[in-house]
Amino acid sequence: MSVAELIDVEVAYGGRGALGPFSLALAAGEIVALVGPSGCGKSTALRLLAGLEAPQKGQVRRGARPGETAVVFQSPTLAPWLTARSNVALPLELSGVSKRDARERADAALARVGLSGREAARPAQLSGGMAMRVSLARALVTSPRLLLLDEPFAALDEITRRALADDVLALWRETGPATVFVTHSVEEAVYMASRVVVMSPGPGRILAELATPQSLPRPPGFRTTPQFRETVEQVSAALAQGMAAA
Amino acid sequence: MKRIADILAPVALILALLAIWEIAVRALAVPSYVLPPPSAVAEALAGDWKSLIASAWNTLAMALQALIVASLLAQLAALGAALSPALHRALRPLAVVLQVTPVIAIAPLVNIWAGIDHPERAIVALAAVVAFFPIFSGAVTGLRSADPDLERLFDLYGANRRQRLLRLRLPSALPFLLEGQKVAAGLAIVGAVVAEFVAGSGSAQGLAWRILDASHRLQTARMLAALLALGLLGAALYALFEALERAGLKWWRGR
Repeated sequence: MSVAELIDVEVAYGGRGALGPFSLALAAGEIVALVGPSGCGKSTALRLLAGLEAPQKGQVRRGARPGETAVVFQSPTLAPWLTARSNVALPLELSGVSKRDARERADAALARVGLSGREAARPAQLSGGMAMRVSLARALVTSPRLLLLDEPFAALDEITRRALADDVLALWRETGPATVFVTHSVEEAVYMASRVVVMSPGPGRILAELATPQSLPRPPGFRTTPQFRETVEQVSAALAQGMAAA
Repeated sequence: MKRIADILAPVALILALLAIWEIAVRALAVPSYVLPPPSAVAEALAGDWKSLIASAWNTLAMALQALIVASLLAQLAALGAALSPALHRALRPLAVVLQVTPVIAIAPLVNIWAGIDHPERAIVALAAVVAFFPIFSGAVTGLRSADPDLERLFDLYGANRRQRLLRLRLPSALPFLLEGQKVAAGLAIVGAVVAEFVAGSGSAQGLAWRILDASHRLQTARMLAALLALGLLGAALYALFEALERAGLKWWRGR
């Protein structure tokens, strides 16, 4: 039983094809990475899965109810006028959870991303990495069945990226939502995902699908193993082939 | 030390310019109704300061009343426009026409509507007309300025229209509302002065009346003193609203 499924979907903006035909089925508890060049429709695929957009052709099947889907965007997308706690509590309050409960669950979610003590901070008082953690906490606070991450670390430095990647995997292990992770970075895709989907330049189609070695979350030193390097090479080769064909 | 220099430099320049003005006017024997020396302006200020302060207060009171009226109407209109695209399309051309029509041109009409005996009403109305557009335009822009990804989050979590307005669009608009008030505050003073020129003064004489009165008597030094008071009033009001804006933004952003 899939949590969400795209079946032969196609999306065009102003007559120009952006995505598809494209199919993707998400099983419970897996992490799928979508990699591909800019403009290949990765983010569009994510919005279809979230139900924020409808395809012009094809079908979207969603097992998760609206409140059970969470999205993390490329920028933290926090409300500057709200504290970290209120930002995290927002999805709960919008769906009718009482203020007190929402606050308690928000504090717990902030603690899970290592931000205990910063509940009252405003986004402007946080570093880029911390703001992204608040954004993650906001996504996780509703215990989603479907977690969609749209290049969440693109604006961060390499050290912060790696730390956050491990954090996401650790958090994922707690509740195991089906996760789709959009990224430009092949290494990040192979590190984060159980399955890597390589997309062609827009309108994006699937060029290759590769299962990654080892179970999630990754053992220490996984990035230096030959299996990791080999998978990275395979994904890069598939990407390069797609670029050359376009 | 640097701060003292920062203050001293402009003061020194102003003093030097005043000295040149004084010496030049005396040396060239310029008639005082054309250009009085600064000492005469200072004398006029010293002699008139009570009536100038009273007049500045009257002008300020008119401008502030106009600002309150304009603020309420413009933000209500902007809110309506945000809630209803049809209302927005209907309001936009009206607001633009109101803005591009010179206030001086509609003054006689407003004067009639307000009643010849109530020029102060006409002044408030005209100053409000001038102050309306920046507030309306800022509020309309502000109410559409919410981060599109935050809008998507509100979609995702099934927010209703009320939640979206109160918890996303209104707070997102705050910086634009503050900016609109600041610009409108300066314009309200301009509007109040222009309107007083056209509509007359009634029982509460503002700075425009002081300028006109001095001009009719060819008392140029008193005219310059009233102009100086007007400039100071405008600058003080702008500084006040700028401080309010800064404080508001600091509260909004948390730093």
